[in-house]
Amino acid sequence: MKIALTTVSPGIESAVDPRFGRGAYLLVVDTETLQWQSYPNPGASAAGGAGIQAAQFVSDQKVEAMLSGDFGPNAHTALERAGILMYVYGDSRTAQEAVYAFKAGSLRRIGGPTHAARHAEGEEIP
Amino acid sequence: MRIAVASGKGGTGKTTVATSLALSLNAEAKQGLPVSVSLPPLFLDCDVEAPDAHLFLKPIFEARKEVGILIPQVNEARCMHCGKCAEVCQYHAIAVLGKQVLVFPQLCHGCGSCSWVCPEGAISETLDVIGVLERGPTPSGVDFARGVLDVGEPMAVPVIRQLKRWANPELDQIVIVDASPGTSCPVVEAVRGADFLLLVTEPTPFGLHDLKLAVEVARELQIPAGVVLNRYEGNAPDGRYSAIVEAYCRKQGLPILLRIPFEREIAEGIAQGKTLVEIHPETRLWFKRLFIQIISAVQLGEPPAIAEKRDFAGS
Repeated sequence: MKIALTTVSPGIESAVDPRFGRGAYLLVVDTETLQWQSYPNPGASAAGGAGIQAAQFVSDQKVEAMLSGDFGPNAHTALERAGILMYVYGDSRTAQEAVYAFKAGSLRRIGGPTHAARHAEGEEIP
Repeated sequence: MRIAVASGKGGTGKTTVATSLALSLNAEAKQGLPVSVSLPPLFLDCDVEAPDAHLFLKPIFEARKEVGILIPQVNEARCMHCGKCAEVCQYHAIAVLGKQVLVFPQLCHGCGSCSWVCPEGAISETLDVIGVLERGPTPSGVDFARGVLDVGEPMAVPVIRQLKRWANPELDQIVIVDASPGTSCPVVEAVRGADFLLLVTEPTPFGLHDLKLAVEVARELQIPAGVVLNRYEGNAPDGRYSAIVEAYCRKQGLPILLRIPFEREIAEGIAQGKTLVEIHPETRLWFKRLFIQIISAVQLGEPPAIAEKRDFAGS
């Protein structure tokens, strides 16, 4: 299963970054082989809509689950519509710990945004 | 002649100055002015997030227009999910997630790039109403117009831009623009195109700090500027900051065109919805003089006052 995490630096040893939209790096991990690839988060420096840009990126990477500390309403809407499941880090401090916790099923899956919109909330097109 | 009133810091007296200036240029006040003011002055309340000039000028609105921005509407049947729209959008207001397209109207700036780049012609544009424009005369003979941004809408600029276009002043009509506080996009949009920028400040550290930012806006937009020093304390023992603000203005070559004293009577009157010229009728003369100074600065084609940096070090 392909999952993604927000991290403060590249690599699976990195500390987790609790921010989704503005997390520094996006780490894409195959949970079976533990092969990984790090990408600078294109949302990190966005003027606005950071969460949407990050969601667009992980959706393009075809990940099935997203692990982070925090999801805003726009990011939540975008990830949900992309069919990506969202989990929060809890006590995990490094990406590796978080991946193991995810595999063990001990990360909490969230059903709604974890904080209010920084700029403006989006709406779905009908 | 278009005069914009801005300040940087909020609550320094922009509306106090702008409304009294307008009232000093209405038909009844036109004697003694060097230019013909046959038309009522047009007052534009461009503080669309919190307009308040109507509380003082009490207009009777006769015209009303809803305004908004054009946001994308995606025809899912034609969309090939190529993602070009999401790529071109600087505000990430549109996302292509697998086989789905999501639009975030409140992030959209209405630029139309997405529909322009769409190779399938799948994106049309539809009006998303974000506010309203209103216009009407005031009992005191001012042509009044304002924009009001809907509560919860984040983007003031499109409303301000459309207010300026909609109000469409006559060539020889004097326009007074009341800007919002701050120095970001809404203020830039409000003051853009003005012949003169009146910066209202107060003798406090915050007032001066934000005045400096507002001066940079004037410099960037190349609009000649002058200062109104409100709550002026003169030589009072605790009036130290008035002197500091004046020293700054001298150094920048910014003329101080008016000093409004710090006075309880003025504060009380304003709290009751009175304008400065109603509280102190003699100030009408001050505002006429202020207007004459602005006219001559603009007509003499002086370079922006801020461009001339005189050095008053030691004085």
